[in-house]
Amino acid sequence: MEKFGFTLSKARVIDYDNNDRRIVDFIIEREPSLNSCIECGGCSATCTTGNFTNFSLREIHILLKRGENELVRNKIRHCMLCGKCSLVCPRGVNTRNVVFLARQAFQKYDNYAV
Amino acid sequence: MPEMTGDVVVVGGGTAGMEAAGQLAKAGISVTLIEKQKDMGGHLKEWHHLFPDRRSSIEVITYLKSQIDNNNIKLITGDTVGGLEKKGNEFILSTGSGKEIRADAVLLATGFDLFRSERKEEYGYGIYDNVITSADLEAMFREKEIKLKNGEKPNKTGFLHCVGSRDEKVGNLYCSKLCCVTAVKQAIELKEHLIDCKVFCFYMDMRMGGALYEELYREAQEKYGINFIRGKISEVSVNINNKLIIKAEDTLAGRPLKMELDMLVLMAGMEMSAEGTKLAESGKLKTGENRFFASADHHFGSNISNIRGLFYAGTCTAPMNISETISHARGAVDEIIDYLKNGKK
Repeated sequence: MEKFGFTLSKARVIDYDNNDRRIVDFIIEREPSLNSCIECGGCSATCTTGNFTNFSLREIHILLKRGENELVRNKIRHCMLCGKCSLVCPRGVNTRNVVFLARQAFQKYDNYAV
Repeated sequence: MPEMTGDVVVVGGGTAGMEAAGQLAKAGISVTLIEKQKDMGGHLKEWHHLFPDRRSSIEVITYLKSQIDNNNIKLITGDTVGGLEKKGNEFILSTGSGKEIRADAVLLATGFDLFRSERKEEYGYGIYDNVITSADLEAMFREKEIKLKNGEKPNKTGFLHCVGSRDEKVGNLYCSKLCCVTAVKQAIELKEHLIDCKVFCFYMDMRMGGALYEELYREAQEKYGINFIRGKISEVSVNINNKLIIKAEDTLAGRPLKMELDMLVLMAGMEMSAEGTKLAESGKLKTGENRFFASADHHFGSNISNIRGLFYAGTCTAPMNISETISHARGAVDEIIDYLKNGKK
């Protein structure tokens, strides 16, 4: 049969049931304050890195919780661990530790050094 | 039926205290109403219009004053209650001016203090000229003139929700619940004064749960073109032209946002009043994690304290709007009458 070069695109939906949430589970077990995030964006607003790259800690938090790890893995290396984000967070999320633990988790489960 | 006797002292001459004193007096109870300021009315005196119908606060004060115009009420103004003690079935209250007042029952209606916005230093209140609070803006509405420090009119104004509320950095985890609708109300009124002024509300969540709040929100969008941006401002600075520069994340666009503003209005939240905190300590009254007085039961004892014969009304227990405060004060009156009739054993 003639092949026309069509491939089936992966659906855009967040496949919540099948997504891998080991990364976020690893983080929340060690830094439960991540549960308190209300996505206000204070961290991203104050972030020096976020002003120059597509790094948004708020977005990373939600992507991790949805198991959209592919999107996080590369972005997370931009963080300079300065900790300004934790100074503004109204919910007391230890944002800096979340990044730190995410890097550890990617190394552990993905064998991917971030 | 046991005869109803008793003197009730009501502490605080704001909305809750005035309404409760009036209702108690109508029921034939002799009331002493103590207010720390020289005039009755509490925070209402500072406000211009009320949400959601933008009724003049003077109308409400006039109603409350008519409530307390009763021979059963003795007014003490310019004095505070410093100490509170229960001996047997009686309360002894000592005032700041050194008086001692006896009471069979006490109603605390000590209200709230506005969050001191200078505590959020990153927003620059008290540092930058044109960073003001919702209370400051309300004072401008009363003067019928909205202007910047240099006398010019603002062309671009921001409102920042949740200043001192939902913020563990200042120790206030609770939602003050009135600031969202106040921002919407003030944004509309600002547009009415200055039709060309662009208005932006920066919010984390729009909590429009009261009667007619959502309708007001819609009116703000449809009729006045007020912009709502979902993101908390993280810091404010000024540029060389003395304009304010704010930084937020436009969380729905997923990108950082900066904006130049002429004026920024901080929506200050509500905190337990300093007087209330003092009374809680001297009277061994339970307070909650939010520092407001803790009621005996959230559902059916919200006016009842941990001391028999001592009751609460209004915003000394939690943030409330005027309608809720009046209902809460009436509830307290019910409890007091029941206590004086049946419970004072």
